[in-house]
Amino acid sequence: MRGAIFLALAYLRHNLGRSLVLILSIALILFVPLATRQVLSVSEDQLTARAADTPLMVGARGSALDLMMNGLYFSADRPEPVTMAATERIWASDLAIAIPLYVRYTAGGAPVVGTTLDYFDFRGLKVAEGRGLAVLGEAVLGARAARRLGLGPGDLLISDPENLFDLAGSYPLEMKVTGVLAPTQTADDDAVFVDLNTAWVIEGLGHGHDDVVTSGMAVGEAEGNVTANAALTRYTRITPDNIDSFHFHGAPEGYPVSSVIAVPWDQRAATILRGRYLHPEDTTRIVVPEVVVEGLLQTIFRIGRILDAVFVVVGAAAAVAVALALYLSLKLRGDEIATATRIGCHRSAIWRMVAAEVVIIALAALALTGVALGLLGPYLDSLAIWLITS
Amino acid sequence: MIRIDDLDFSHAGGGFRLHVPQLNVAQGEKVAVVGPSGTGKTTLLHLLAGLLTPQSGTVQVDGTPVPHLSDAARRRFRINRIGFIFQNFELIDYLSAGENILYPYRVTDALRLDASVRARATALAEAVGLGHRLGSKPAALSQGEKQRIAICRALVTQPALLLADEATGNLDPENKQMILDLLFTQAEAAGATLLAVTHDHALLPRFDRVIDFNDFRSKAGAGA
Repeated sequence: MRGAIFLALAYLRHNLGRSLVLILSIALILFVPLATRQVLSVSEDQLTARAADTPLMVGARGSALDLMMNGLYFSADRPEPVTMAATERIWASDLAIAIPLYVRYTAGGAPVVGTTLDYFDFRGLKVAEGRGLAVLGEAVLGARAARRLGLGPGDLLISDPENLFDLAGSYPLEMKVTGVLAPTQTADDDAVFVDLNTAWVIEGLGHGHDDVVTSGMAVGEAEGNVTANAALTRYTRITPDNIDSFHFHGAPEGYPVSSVIAVPWDQRAATILRGRYLHPEDTTRIVVPEVVVEGLLQTIFRIGRILDAVFVVVGAAAAVAVALALYLSLKLRGDEIATATRIGCHRSAIWRMVAAEVVIIALAALALTGVALGLLGPYLDSLAIWLITS
Repeated sequence: MIRIDDLDFSHAGGGFRLHVPQLNVAQGEKVAVVGPSGTGKTTLLHLLAGLLTPQSGTVQVDGTPVPHLSDAARRRFRINRIGFIFQNFELIDYLSAGENILYPYRVTDALRLDASVRARATALAEAVGLGHRLGSKPAALSQGEKQRIAICRALVTQPALLLADEATGNLDPENKQMILDLLFTQAEAAGATLLAVTHDHALLPRFDRVIDFNDFRSKAGAGA
């Protein structure tokens, strides 16, 4: 057998290009379905785990899936917002803790999650570097977001403009990064967390500027409201010097939130709370993320089955192509086989030689697949989150 | 060494028939086989090597009735007792010259490749003046060098019988003489019997005996 292995290795080395193409082809045939399966599996785990950790979620009527994906994974799907009144309603019920989330804007491509400090306790998020949120205009970054953006405590991060040509729209806000969270391998790692008020400042609901009256920019006054002329500039950075000038207009209960996580005291409280959202006229709804995920997983499972069938067909076709390549290679070695036979080589030795070649190629392809899957390993969570949120 | 009695062979498709009433070749004898193409010279070598089986008659090599051996035994006999040299050299293109010499040891478990075999291969290569080309692939060798490596490959197993099928057919006159010198020298050194098919009548005087397939029956029958 050593002779067969030696000859197979020598032959593969001599025909290096052909050997590499075969090895790469087989590795690719193995890698694609295995990697897809792994990503799907991790996605399913992520979906299930995060949904199971989130007992109830309140939001606007409409797609429960959009609501859940935005609230759990900060996806770009924006559900119709509800108002802070939805949060107050949960608090007033005394059945659950209400954690509002406002996920609409991005900074450096990462979702800006406006929330309260309860969210950090609820998710068990720990600050690994720097400190948590304290005042308006501060941001805490998820571990992957911080790594991707190359930012740490003390750095500045500007929210992404929504529309460059909308002069009357919300202006980008420069935020100060105060901390970086410890990695959790969840969607929290990719987010930029700010206080809910900061998110509303980005929205334009709150702002800071010079005193209109003392600066002489007032052009009118009616019912206690002062109208300023166009020379008035709004602050795009919140600093200790101007923070006191920041203020909000309108009633806070009317400010928008994307969703509200409700953490009921117990099962009974959860049941009662769910019952309070059953009225068909109610503009808000309550969903159990785990139930929504189950429906989604059914779809993923069906897609997975279709993918499996596709991979089987493609794999079979590729296997036939590889077998053909090996057969043609054997044909090309007809002279060598004839020489070996005339010298006295046994028929089984020729088969051993071919088998050794096939086994070496297969082992090399398996090793390459293993290495590729190993390299993919650390990125599986990110890939799964990307798959879920995109 | 070689004994053939009343041998009859024809191909399955018909049209070709070889009949050898009697042929004897002594141990260490150097015999040339000549004759027009298609008269059965190569067939005779294949019958002696057990690559073909006669319909009737006796073929004995070194006392072994070759046609009566099983396929596996014939292959074993061939690799142990016979050295083949081909007109087209038939070197393995993906192996170096050195590894080509050792090729018989790679394709069978019947032979054991050890340090003494490697030393013998190197000595053979040096004897034919190719000690410095052992690492070269066949593509980098001249025709004469290729045939010298092929001779080394045939001799490395220390065969009792050397079968050369137009071993000098693809060589220029200078290389022909050199290869024949080598073949004779190495065969004598190994005490091997040499049966060489050739079309080159200029080489015939150097052989102990000539078997002419034009007049096969009378000459072969009169032999040894």
